[in-house]
Amino acid sequence: MALSGVEIFKLLPKTNCKKCGFPTCLAFAMKLAQRQASLDACPDVSEEAKKILGEASAPPIRPITFGTGDKAVKMGEETVLFRHEKKFVNPNAFVLEIKDTEDDATVEAKLNDVLTSEINRVGQLLRIDGICITNESGDAGKFQVLVEKVASKAPEVPVIVATDNPEAAEAAIKPFSGKNAILYGVTDTNAEKMVEIAKANKAIVGVRAEGLEALSSLTEKVKGLGVEDMVIDPGARTASEMLEYNTYIRRAAIKKNFKPLGYPVINFAQRDDSMYEALVAGLGVCKYASIVVLSSAQKWKNLALFTLRQNIYTDPQVPMQVEQKIYKIGEPTPDSPLLITTNFSLTYFIVSGEVENAKVPAYLAVMDCEGLSVLTAWAAGKFTGSKIANFIKESGIENEIKHRELIIPGYVAILSGAIEEKLEGWKVTVGPREANALPAFLRQKVA
Amino acid sequence: MAFVEPKEILSGRVIPVTIGTEIQQTFGGENTLPFHKFEGEIPNRPLIALEIQDVTPEEWPETVKKVFEGVSDDPVKWAKYCEDELKAKAIAIRLVGTHPDNKDLSADDAVKVVKGVLDAVKVPLIILGSNHIEKDAEVLPRVAEVAKGRNCIIGKAQEKNYKTIAAAAMANDHKLIAMSELDINLSKQLNILLTQMGFSKEKIVTDPMCSALGYGLEYTYSVMERIRLAALAQNDEVMQPPLLGDVGMYVWKIKETQASEETLPEWGSLEERGILWEAMTASSLMLAGAELLIMRHPRAVEMVERFVDELM
Ligand code: B12
Ligand code: SF4
Repeated sequence: MALSGVEIFKLLPKTNCKKCGFPTCLAFAMKLAQRQASLDACPDVSEEAKKILGEASAPPIRPITFGTGDKAVKMGEETVLFRHEKKFVNPNAFVLEIKDTEDDATVEAKLNDVLTSEINRVGQLLRIDGICITNESGDAGKFQVLVEKVASKAPEVPVIVATDNPEAAEAAIKPFSGKNAILYGVTDTNAEKMVEIAKANKAIVGVRAEGLEALSSLTEKVKGLGVEDMVIDPGARTASEMLEYNTYIRRAAIKKNFKPLGYPVINFAQRDDSMYEALVAGLGVCKYASIVVLSSAQKWKNLALFTLRQNIYTDPQVPMQVEQKIYKIGEPTPDSPLLITTNFSLTYFIVSGEVENAKVPAYLAVMDCEGLSVLTAWAAGKFTGSKIANFIKESGIENEIKHRELIIPGYVAILSGAIEEKLEGWKVTVGPREANALPAFLRQKVA
Repeated sequence: MAFVEPKEILSGRVIPVTIGTEIQQTFGGENTLPFHKFEGEIPNRPLIALEIQDVTPEEWPETVKKVFEGVSDDPVKWAKYCEDELKAKAIAIRLVGTHPDNKDLSADDAVKVVKGVLDAVKVPLIILGSNHIEKDAEVLPRVAEVAKGRNCIIGKAQEKNYKTIAAAAMANDHKLIAMSELDINLSKQLNILLTQMGFSKEKIVTDPMCSALGYGLEYTYSVMERIRLAALAQNDEVMQPPLLGDVGMYVWKIKETQASEETLPEWGSLEERGILWEAMTASSLMLAGAELLIMRHPRAVEMVERFVDELM
């Protein structure tokens, strides 16, 4: 639990010397409590106070980076249980499992699925984030063959090496040494050996126990062995266990500041039916998993899962928005059509996508409406005739185009009169209601 | 440090609502957050109703249209098909044909359709208007009357037309869907207005307005979570009616359920994409608190039912 300003104040020197840049120690303490200042700013704070404050200010769920380079995934650092309270911080990773019992063709296909999984949705690049290489056979030799294959074909993808056999683990983790891989399969019985191997290769430790009591003592044990970067598997196998364990872990960490469970959670969602598996994986997305392991990664399934993750992890206070400006689509000329919409990301990406589909070069004027959709912005009085007129005038577009015609969204046809009144010399044309009718509309317009 | 289960026993309870006569279904009734059976009681599963319409749904995408080929031209056949072949637990008939921009069918037409369906099936019926404020106020009281004695759900009552619709539901002993637009305060306000006119809160189903995955799902999701927390943690009685997720109509109009794999190869199979889109919108909203869902594709329903099995 975070300390209050007054509790922090008690630990400060109380000399009010102002060296921290604040008039009093109390003012500084208040800022610390709000996490708007750093303890380093006070040169005179005692070592003991540093230790206490350091522990108290550590995030309740440990931040961990899985993988390295461009494809690294940040996990942990969550601070709430419900997304309306505050933004969920680090979106979960989706990891595809490849087993050493699967035939070559399957392995190739799965590697390909991971490597080609990237899609762009509402301006974000989304992909299957990692691969879980599982020693299903129990045979260290077979495992190593698969490990080498993944390491050579997908060298940049973060991996989980999953085995509970230290001998197999020792060789298997080598190719990923220093790459923030996860060595998963650390249990109460093998912890000493496995932790040594993880340490030697700078791997994150993936611990597994049956139930939360056993899990708590296991993380304490691993911490005692000198490793703090862990992901935890409470052994949930049914959806019902997943919900229970994940909820208790998140609550214990955030509400009780219970450190032994303050780590990112890994869930295994594999099911025989791929579509059904997506629903179980979706439970992980909604309910507190940091890593969700899948058995297959079809494109249709990825799209749904990526979209759900994007929805759950958007900021509840600030809708996703794009910059206000006149966007050029294709290479517009002074005769190209000019369309207007709002700066809600979803709206912008749908509309610009359809204008692209039309293959008609155009100007898309995107007006700042605090990230609201067209109708919402209109209903909220942010997308009005006079505001649109002002925006068009100030945008400078009049110097770039020869014509004076503005195409507005069909849903706000009602605005056309008001805009024409405020925007002298302009003609307003009402476009289609749905953006998917834009290609036909634009093509006909320039025909 | 020893682990202690951080159980949270909440003081409120969602109102259980029973619909139907010959065959009855009950949803709601839990005193804990969705599927949190580890710290509370969940006496009933969420209920999923299959949607049918009074007119043939031309604009539904192929994926879902073809399932009902041969029956969707006749609401009575369609309803029987849902009950007999698809084993629907409940049926929701949406009178879209009455909308002035659709076929502008009259209240008399709607009465005929609803009567036919009621005579044909035994499972509980949810009767929905076309979401046109004035027309619904005209049509719904008439169909409520013809359905008297069948313990249906009538909807949707909104701020601008709730009086007439609620009065009809009350006079004919039906439950009522109260819909507001993605705002917990508006939702609460409408429930208060309803109770002030003497409508029992035990008979309300709250529709905080649905939205599809990728198209505002997060708003519905969070409004539902907030309503559930108000009902259970703060024991706010006005917020205790069960929640509706009217999923199908929002899902089957968006691009992800329509665009072919040829035009968007990076989106994969259209068939599976569409069905999963509906199932995942529904399953996520159930996790946020929806106890009643209206859906269109039987395979999506099957997926969600299996998910509930694993969670209960
Ligand atoms: C999510 C949502 C919200 C969210 C905000 C989301 C956001 N970032 O905008 C929240 C909950 C905050 C909200 C609030 C309100 N909302 Co609201 N909201 C919605 C909802 C469900 C979806 C909106 C959405 O995201 N649409 C998707 C985007 C992509 O659509 P779009 O921007 O319109 O773009 C489409 C078209 O317009 C077209 N298009 C866009 N640009 C262009 C440009 C050209 C040139 C062309 C040709 C076409 C085109 O293409 C797009 C796709 O086809 C709609 C209902 C619905 N299902 O549509 C109601 C809706 C828009 N809201 C409504 C209302 C009334 C409100 C509130 C005033 C009431 C309230 N609940 O408090 C407030 C106002 C907000 C404020 N700050 O005061 C009404 C508007 C009524 C009306 N007909 O004017 C709607 C329609 C609900 C309803 N009555 O059914 N809302
Ligand atoms: S620098 Fe330290 S001692 Fe000086 S006022 Fe700031 S908090 Fe107090």
